[in-house]
Amino acid sequence: MRSIRLPGMYLREEDLRKLVGVIEYTPRARYSYSAGQALSEFLRGLREGRILGRLCPSCNRVLVPPRVYCEHCYTQTTEWVEVPGTGRVESVVVSYIGTARERLEKPEIIAVIRLDAPGYGRDSFDFAGLFHKLCGVTEDDVKSGRVIGLRVKPRWKPLELRTGSILDIECFEPEVVESERA
Amino acid sequence: MRPNIYVKDKVAIVGAGLTLFRRRLLETPRELAWEASKQALDSAGLTLKDIDCIVIGSAPDAFDGVHFKGEYLADGSGGFGKPTVRVFVGGGTGVMTPIAAWWHVASGLCKTVLAVGEEKMSHAYPHPQGVFAYIWDPILERPLRPNLIWIFALEMARYMHVCKASKEDIALVSVKNKRNALDHPAAQAAANITVDDVLKSEVLVWPVQLLDISPVSDGAVALVVASEKIARRVTDTPVWIDGVGFTLDNTHWYNRDLSYPRYLEYAARMAYKMAGIERPWKEIDVAEPYDPFDYKELHHIEGLMLARRCEAPKLLKEGYFDRSGELPTSPSGGLLGVGNPIAAAGVMKVAELFWQLRYEAGARQVKKPVHKAVANAWGDLMQVGTVIVLST
Repeated sequence: MRSIRLPGMYLREEDLRKLVGVIEYTPRARYSYSAGQALSEFLRGLREGRILGRLCPSCNRVLVPPRVYCEHCYTQTTEWVEVPGTGRVESVVVSYIGTARERLEKPEIIAVIRLDAPGYGRDSFDFAGLFHKLCGVTEDDVKSGRVIGLRVKPRWKPLELRTGSILDIECFEPEVVESERA
Repeated sequence: MRPNIYVKDKVAIVGAGLTLFRRRLLETPRELAWEASKQALDSAGLTLKDIDCIVIGSAPDAFDGVHFKGEYLADGSGGFGKPTVRVFVGGGTGVMTPIAAWWHVASGLCKTVLAVGEEKMSHAYPHPQGVFAYIWDPILERPLRPNLIWIFALEMARYMHVCKASKEDIALVSVKNKRNALDHPAAQAAANITVDDVLKSEVLVWPVQLLDISPVSDGAVALVVASEKIARRVTDTPVWIDGVGFTLDNTHWYNRDLSYPRYLEYAARMAYKMAGIERPWKEIDVAEPYDPFDYKELHHIEGLMLARRCEAPKLLKEGYFDRSGELPTSPSGGLLGVGNPIAAAGVMKVAELFWQLRYEAGARQVKKPVHKAVANAWGDLMQVGTVIVLST
């Protein structure tokens, strides 16, 4: 690479605002998504306080979240199987920022949960799992590394507030609270 | 091991060009594409008349707020009146662009291809992060109001846990790459920083802090790709594309172990097999692993099989991946140092290897002799792996 002066003119945000002909535009687009064959049933299950998976007859994995096909075997899944909802924390983080990178007033704790479900080895690469918030642990717990591997269970919203949404689970929380364990 | 596929034409890179990488550039996307393309053609001593086909790489349309971004960029990329395609596989696009150029030439369809990666992220404000809200699954993920950094933080936390790597170990990648970038003329985030600076920077989603992440950037990079016959005519030092690989992992990203990039190992095996490489950790001389986050370079070094699983942090500490080390990684300065205009950033990595293999990288030239090189990129919801192997 011989040329050192490269094309491109850097603009600070205030320079941008001073330019002639800057266009402001906010797209307006609205969507309504159907949840489809498998997830509609899954969401109905959540409303009843149950976590449902689909059984693959070929590899015997119970897929959570459910799908009508098993992507490993590419066969039709055949049965609805309720899983207990318990599991362990696979990974966990503390978020200080929101969707548009704004600072949050109260940080959120987010986790991937490896659910107890038939068809997987204890530490298999693939597993049944969900991605959700975690309650009942502190930021310091997370940063100390103590939370990964922790046994958890879902904390359900009160029945009358459930709508058939992933948010019908308020969060996952430790199976055994700290005081009981001691 | 013998290459396992039949190709009509052997394929080489014969020219490269790029613009500055900056948080915000005056130029429009088309103008950026033109600047980089013109420079690439000039460096190969060719004009657009000599080019048969055009491949454009650019990431989500939503950054520009313009759909059909391939068509939008086409004339700036020289695509007027020629077979032109756009490829898009999220962050993996940057390496997918030269891969697509490769198959255009290897198939015999085109003798010369201009491969252009362009990204202008600064249109979206107050922060392009807002646009990433639309890549999540609308049913199960969006209701949680996720931020894109969540998934990377989840991956980094899992990697730290399984490999017993500390934040300090990982911050060293950022230190190395930002320092390497001091010698890169396009660099946006070059700096002499310490591990302490990384650990004191704003915590975004623990364990990810501000200096663990590459910046938001505008920029474009272009390559000229040609068949063997043409390559030998236009240059004495063609850089051969020996192998390409690309695979996807499960899109249900919370249904698989995040500590290891399986998507990359599959893609790397495909590319190495094609290139006849059996022991990449011995045979590769220089690498540009994809580094939008510092932990990601370590992750990708392992996925590219340049180190054993969980071994990368230790080797990094020993200086193994420095420019003067045994296997220099991201000698360009990577995305952490040069910047991350998504599709352009991956092409920049391939351009860097092109210059390294021709001993044209100037102050960035690695100390050891170089003959074989590998670059990768990664994207979407963490499941896309794209790999390219180059040699002289």
